[in-house]
Amino acid sequence: MNIHEYQAKEILSRFGVSIPKGGVAYSPENAKDRATELGGDLWVVKAQIHSGARGKAGGIIVCKSEQEVSDAANKLLGKTLVTHQTGPEGKTVQRIYVEEGTDIKKEFYLGLVFDRSTESIMVVASSEGGMSVEEIAEEKPESLIKTRIEAAVGMQAYQAREIAFALGLESKAINRCAQAILGAYKAFSTSDATMVEINPLVLTGDDHVLALDCKMSFDDNALYRNPELAELRDKSQEDPKETYAADRGLNYIPLDGDIGNIINGAGLAMASMDMIQLAGGQPANFLDVGGGATPEKFVKAFKLISGDPKVKVILINIFAGINRCDWVAQGIVDALNQITINQPLVIRLAGTNVDEGIKILKDSKITYTEAFTLEDAANKAVKALKELGA
Amino acid sequence: MAILITKESKIIIQGFTGKIGTFHAEEMIEYGTNVVGGVTPGKGGQTHLDRPVFNTVKDAVRETGADASILFVPPAFAADSAMEAADAGIKTLVAITDGIPAHDMIKVKRYMRRYKAEDRMTMVGPNCAGVISPGKCMLGIMPGHIYKEGNVGVIGRSGTLGYEAAQQMKDLGIGISTSVGIGGDPINGSAFRDHLAKFEDDDETRVILMIGEIGGPQEAEAAEYAKKNVSKPVIAYIAGLTAPKGKRMGHAGAIVSAGGESAAEKVEILKAAGITIAKNPSVIGETVESVLKQLDG
Repeated sequence: MNIHEYQAKEILSRFGVSIPKGGVAYSPENAKDRATELGGDLWVVKAQIHSGARGKAGGIIVCKSEQEVSDAANKLLGKTLVTHQTGPEGKTVQRIYVEEGTDIKKEFYLGLVFDRSTESIMVVASSEGGMSVEEIAEEKPESLIKTRIEAAVGMQAYQAREIAFALGLESKAINRCAQAILGAYKAFSTSDATMVEINPLVLTGDDHVLALDCKMSFDDNALYRNPELAELRDKSQEDPKETYAADRGLNYIPLDGDIGNIINGAGLAMASMDMIQLAGGQPANFLDVGGGATPEKFVKAFKLISGDPKVKVILINIFAGINRCDWVAQGIVDALNQITINQPLVIRLAGTNVDEGIKILKDSKITYTEAFTLEDAANKAVKALKELGA
Repeated sequence: MAILITKESKIIIQGFTGKIGTFHAEEMIEYGTNVVGGVTPGKGGQTHLDRPVFNTVKDAVRETGADASILFVPPAFAADSAMEAADAGIKTLVAITDGIPAHDMIKVKRYMRRYKAEDRMTMVGPNCAGVISPGKCMLGIMPGHIYKEGNVGVIGRSGTLGYEAAQQMKDLGIGISTSVGIGGDPINGSAFRDHLAKFEDDDETRVILMIGEIGGPQEAEAAEYAKKNVSKPVIAYIAGLTAPKGKRMGHAGAIVSAGGESAAEKVEILKAAGITIAKNPSVIGETVESVLKQLDG
């Protein structure tokens, strides 16, 4: 789960990381009030969407008067921003963050992630802040400072100091930077985060160290024990179809093709998508209905896939293990008695009780093309698609 | 011999008396697995499926001599149960549970390192279908009848894609020594590399099949390991050629977030290590067959 910048900064601040003063706003009037509260003569109005690279998309506006703050808010609210992280459909701005202007002397990068090789938490820092970590790795790889943290004992103060020195900081700023790094680590480790990225972490004109921007992601599997984080979820920033599916226990990712899939198991789903492409088609989605797919789940899956205007053909590929083909077949038949689909249907069943399953399908009134292997299923789905075009 | 589990393995079930634990215990027993009991805290002293229930894994090990365990404990308690098994002297643990927080798995991995390498438990999973040594022992949730007994060692992330491969091989008359499902999570108990080492030492295994997918460094690490340490032929298939970058494809670990993590890159790395690639998922069986034929000259 991702959260907004202002929410991430609030969490950082709780762990002793300094942030510029600011406030969230939902309307131009609201934004102007925030500017008045903050005082000063320089503000930054920042679009709150779940994406980085907002600056390049016009989502960050520097303002020199309260009127400019109000105008900026007016411009951003309701606007759809497209960045390389949002995909071509972009994300709509529904809240903005008004922040006091910061006197920046130097920008740094600070990121915390899981390192799957060493199975530990890795802190990555660079003196080249402001660029994305991918750009830094590409253009200034020598500037990357990587520190592995032993999860059992946590990050030590010397590790944070080493990073601060390596970033080229001096005197008072050393301890301030170390405090920010330790705070970010505590935020990561105590809130089941999977990623904390402060970019940039800045050194101000008066040698303070502030988190100027922050992104955080959390482990969905651990939200049950972090209810206060779960409340920060903003569904307006998620793909509505993905959200619909996730809320119903389905793993679904929309793609660009026209062959819809309903498959059990993530690996088999990816393999089936690969086969569709090899057969000359394009998958419209990834959909894993899971091991114990019940009739109710099939109804939900059919609704999701058949309701997608891109989908011209539906392919079902089930290899029954825990569940059995006869249950799966009954689930498919029950689902199709409840909803009508307009797309041609190709079904391949394999595994436990396959003969009973096929018999149930054949005895039912549903119209479908039977497939016997993975390859056969992909070929028949592509063939059905071509016949539609003819 | 097979790896991890044999006919002689004494199996306990953690989360024995629950609905899922009961269902799969019955399936395993029917397959011929030597299930000697189970653990459900608070139900010690009872009998379930004609077998004793214990309060703790230590009690179960002491009373039954169990050396392997399978975990059907809900995600919030699974890490604790895994550490309990490690401390009680269990040698092989299969964790079926899907949804264990990654921070918890890091703790489990760290905890297991308290023990000397020779005493250390091998954990398979979580979020996996388990381990089967066909004809001998099933410590998992797979449909046992699709696995034929034989000489191919299988290591895979995905459950159902593993079934697909087993079925393709069975249809060609090819059998399996042991099939290990390492699971789809970002941090797992054991990796491809760990089981490559075990299959290399197993007399019954002639060739090794790896079924990987997008995300994470484990396939590349396995390629490097195999190049240096494995003399037996290795065959691999990587799922997810059509998967877009930055999207989590069902498995928590199946996401391309860094260089070398896409299916195409992994295929190149594996090829460079001398591993035979099954070009698509429908020719996994055929590819294994052709490698076996080459071996027979």
